[in-house]
Amino acid sequence: MKIAVCIKQVPAFSEVMMDPVKGILLREGTSVRINPYDLTAVEAALQLKERYNGLTTAITMGPKSAKEALITCLSMGVDEGVLLTDPIFAGADVYATSYTLTAGLSRSGPFDIIICGKKTTDGDTGQVGPAIAEHLGIPHVYNVTHLDGVEGRFISLTQMIDSQYLTIKVRMPCVLVISKEAFIPRLPSLKLKLAAKKKEIRIMTVDDLEGANLSKLGMEGSPTHVDRIYTPDRSLKEQVLTGHSDELVDRLIGLLKDHKVI
Amino acid sequence: MNSHEAIHKEQWQGILIYAAQEGKKIHPITFELIGKALELAKPLSCKVSCILIGHEMESALKELSAYDVERIFVYDHEAFRDFKEDIVCNAFAACIDTLKPSVVLIGATDSGKSIAPSVATRFHSGLTADCTELTMQENSDLVQIRPAFGGNIMARIITANHRPQFATVRYGIMAEATKSDSPHVEIVRCILEENQLVSAIEITLRKEMTRKSCISEAAVLVVAGQGFKSKDDLWMVEELASVLNGQVGSTRALVEKGWFSQENQVGLSGKTVKPDVIITCGVSGSVQFAAGMRLAKNIIAINSDPKAPIFSIAHQSLCGDIYEILPKLIQRIKSLNAGQ
Repeated sequence: MKIAVCIKQVPAFSEVMMDPVKGILLREGTSVRINPYDLTAVEAALQLKERYNGLTTAITMGPKSAKEALITCLSMGVDEGVLLTDPIFAGADVYATSYTLTAGLSRSGPFDIIICGKKTTDGDTGQVGPAIAEHLGIPHVYNVTHLDGVEGRFISLTQMIDSQYLTIKVRMPCVLVISKEAFIPRLPSLKLKLAAKKKEIRIMTVDDLEGANLSKLGMEGSPTHVDRIYTPDRSLKEQVLTGHSDELVDRLIGLLKDHKVI
Repeated sequence: MNSHEAIHKEQWQGILIYAAQEGKKIHPITFELIGKALELAKPLSCKVSCILIGHEMESALKELSAYDVERIFVYDHEAFRDFKEDIVCNAFAACIDTLKPSVVLIGATDSGKSIAPSVATRFHSGLTADCTELTMQENSDLVQIRPAFGGNIMARIITANHRPQFATVRYGIMAEATKSDSPHVEIVRCILEENQLVSAIEITLRKEMTRKSCISEAAVLVVAGQGFKSKDDLWMVEELASVLNGQVGSTRALVEKGWFSQENQVGLSGKTVKPDVIITCGVSGSVQFAAGMRLAKNIIAINSDPKAPIFSIAHQSLCGDIYEILPKLIQRIKSLNAGQ
């Protein structure tokens, strides 16, 4: 069984600069970590690997330094890493990102199961998993909370969707978008980390994506673009009341009575 | 720019809304999307339609027909009894192929979030998730606005050369449409080819989630922000919420500190809330936070910084120290309650 897991390196903290002209995040030089939602996806992949004697591949699109993220995955037990890196991939929106990841997956696969985290802490759109499934023409299941088992070409799992838990069987190949609560990611082990240093991460640049539609990559391939970024108008709506805390408390009591809360 | 052939925007007209359902009823996000769509459609005089996919939906259809939408495309089939991403997308895509809408709006429910990227990708077009504002340009470009990563920045996003333009919106962000005085909706019952109804997904068991009391349902919400210096001080919001029979919410910062669970988080990446009364305590009011509660009926904000951004959206702004105000407030309320 071949299992792929898509991961992304994200800024470690919430404050990151944006390029006001291009409207994109300035990622170089900021402290990074693997998107926590993707760690759950990695754990899901590893559990499937252990149960069904599978082969796992972590794939990411990013700057050269994203190699570190793949090494972390190898240190958790993932078998192979693929890094899609090329200046032409940069500035991609969801469509171009999912297209590029799909191009990398097609040339590293074929995979029986592709696992994605639910969203990232930076882009926060939560779309790439289903988009990859669509590019590949395979089904996806969103918000998987539990993996039950594999039987033949079907995987059984639990999905939580709109206040319902559904027990589902889905035909492979498929994409699974994993809920954050589904698994607790294991920590990397030193032994695996040392072994990882000897492994080769496969690097794919645009030249390795023979046959791909170049106009669907990066900023040029993005149907959406950020027109501009701005700080919202901060003008005060109502007068700000100041005064001694007793006066303010009086005011609050009055308000709460008016609104029939007390 | 893209090397696609130039898109003929005029070939794509109108707004299509995915009518989300909750059991046998229409999910209220749909009425908010209708409200926004009617507003967007006005300057261009274009049509607003809905697509309803499911099985045995007569009562949902009746609900939807009370609004000023021109047409409802109904895909009613046994195959849609349960939500299955693949075939729902087939129906959605078939409708878009026929209708050629300029804009497609989808509520960001779980099912909405699942199918929106699939359908957008099928049309090789753009999708902006969790929009907090939407406006329409004269050239039919939809201006999609949402908070950008971190900080207090908004991003203005355009899908300049692709159609349809897809956007998802979370529940509680936009105002609901009012029902129509004289609704005259055209119901279009659609058939999908049998091979489009074959799903790779089989559902063997369904279980309703036990409904935990959720802050999204609170009529009164007291929210703690970074004005609190220690986890030990949070008793103030707990008690205030308690004496007001309300619930406790938190900003993202305090959730990240581990002081609250994600269940309490108010904001675009947390929960959107529309309580009757919300009291924010020591909350600065980032754009992500504001997006999650802007439509609360009465926003009372307490912050020691007179320039706190929260004051630009609050109905009542009080500049003071929560450590002085809250204990006194709690005492006063308790006395009033005791006096009765």
